[in-house]
Amino acid sequence: MLSEKELAEVEKELAHYEKRKAGCIGALKAVQKHRGWISDECLKDIAQYLEMTPDELDNVATFYSSIYRRPVGRHVIFICDSVSCYTVGYRELLRHLSERLQIKPGQTTSDGRFTLLPAACLGVCEKAPALMIDEDVHGNLEPPEKVDEILERYK
Amino acid sequence: MDNRTEKKREQKPLTGSFRADGKPLDIFEYEQAGGYEALRKAVKSMTPRDVQEEVKSSNLRGRGGAGFPTGQKWSFVPTGEGAPIPRYIAANADEMEPGTFKDRILMENSPHMLIEGMALAAYATGAEHAYIFLRGEYVTAARALEGALAQAYEKNYLGKNVLGSGFSLEMHLHLSAGRYMCGEETGLLNSLEGKRAMPRAKPPYPQVSGFMGKPTVVNNVETLCNVPHIIRNGAAWFKSLSLGQDGGTKIYGASGRVKRPGAWELPMGTTIREILEVHAGGMRDGYKFRGLIPGGASTEFLIEEHLDLAMDFDSLQPAGSRMGTGTMIILDDRTCPVGMQISLQSFFARESCGWCTPCREGLPWIVHTLNSIEDGKGEMEDMDLLLDQARLLAPGHTFCALAPGAAEPLMSGVKYFREDFERHIREKRCPWPME
Repeated sequence: MLSEKELAEVEKELAHYEKRKAGCIGALKAVQKHRGWISDECLKDIAQYLEMTPDELDNVATFYSSIYRRPVGRHVIFICDSVSCYTVGYRELLRHLSERLQIKPGQTTSDGRFTLLPAACLGVCEKAPALMIDEDVHGNLEPPEKVDEILERYK
Repeated sequence: MDNRTEKKREQKPLTGSFRADGKPLDIFEYEQAGGYEALRKAVKSMTPRDVQEEVKSSNLRGRGGAGFPTGQKWSFVPTGEGAPIPRYIAANADEMEPGTFKDRILMENSPHMLIEGMALAAYATGAEHAYIFLRGEYVTAARALEGALAQAYEKNYLGKNVLGSGFSLEMHLHLSAGRYMCGEETGLLNSLEGKRAMPRAKPPYPQVSGFMGKPTVVNNVETLCNVPHIIRNGAAWFKSLSLGQDGGTKIYGASGRVKRPGAWELPMGTTIREILEVHAGGMRDGYKFRGLIPGGASTEFLIEEHLDLAMDFDSLQPAGSRMGTGTMIILDDRTCPVGMQISLQSFFARESCGWCTPCREGLPWIVHTLNSIEDGKGEMEDMDLLLDQARLLAPGHTFCALAPGAAEPLMSGVKYFREDFERHIREKRCPWPME
């Protein structure tokens, strides 16, 4: 069941589109904000509300990289692995993060604090290498140890 | 450099009014810098056709990478009695081309410039609805645009009966959920309709049948930001900003091992060498220049001998490349050209929507082959395999430009750095091991 608050936010998203279906990406994002990810149960509820079949909505949900169909940690780290970052220390940053958090891209730390995911160019190439934690971009992470102090801010 | 060029370089219509602290210009600051004068002028004293004609004669070409003449794009929208309604404008703010960060800078610093540009595009094509299709990761730009939209509605630059002219426009900010395909204009429209961002067959072109099957113009952010300046100052002025045939200034950028990575507004047609050596400050100490991709991941490599070419839409063609987004990525002598290629091709493989076979099947195969070479397990035949695969990605084999875009840095990378690829194969290891 979607909560009243969730429904209100979904409605706000739908208001900008003539057809309810067109607002489905916004609706998924709005609900995900509350729940962290989109479970099968949750997907069915949203689909029903938008008058779509669950498959139809899942078809959309699985296409987009910031809709999570599996549980994620309290904070999601998107590490940019595109070409500008690659040329200025992406690999060293990834190695450092993986060692420190003991996870590979696609995994979540055992304490549920961080999920590490690869990201397409974050559009901050002048500050490469870069990553994004939740809604914050952090750049110029060379040497990679610079990320240690940043991680401390996300509990 | 002669005086004429020096003078042109001082003109920065897009970025000249930016605040020093990096905060977005609010509506009062934007108006003080001449903002919304163009919209006022257009709705009060120009017909939509006049606006189209002014943009046409300014030689403004699309800044998203393809360089299509903007005025001409608008002119394909059917208008007049009996033409389909509603019509739409979409700003392509899904900046995801690797190495590209120019639109972000414009939106974060001057959100009203985009709004005014979109309002003018809407007026010129008779559109009543406009969407800013923004990538979700651009959180700072989203906040700037949300604030600016509210202010623009308040002052009646948007909404019903704009400035008492009878022209009405509703504008909405759409935050995307992350996928490179959304930047392809028909993929963008599908995504805006709440679908997977698959490309559509063209024709029909979006100007005739776009969002919800209605006439839609999709323009890049930087393109739209130029429009208010053209309408306010005239097409002749706009053309005079440039060093070549294409009108205006261009936001160029550089990333990689240069001294000052960044973006700069310069006359269209500035040479690669000037951007690289003067504005980016040349290579960082201890690094040597080997090559560059001039405008985002899907453009062809260029090398030392090309540095004096002008960065505009036509000058790079003889060298087999193109300006693309104008934000160059530098390859230095301490970065492995095969590794860089793996980064490029992995991006395209991951972002492929899977619709067309050469793209869906070919790109993972290319990544696999490159990884073998990088790991010292490659064979000389792999070089031919890579080029064969690249040929299969050519235009005409797929619905959209993603696969051809992937082939561009691959073919040119093999051409200019073949010896480095072959060294991996001969020595059965990467000559640039990670420290």
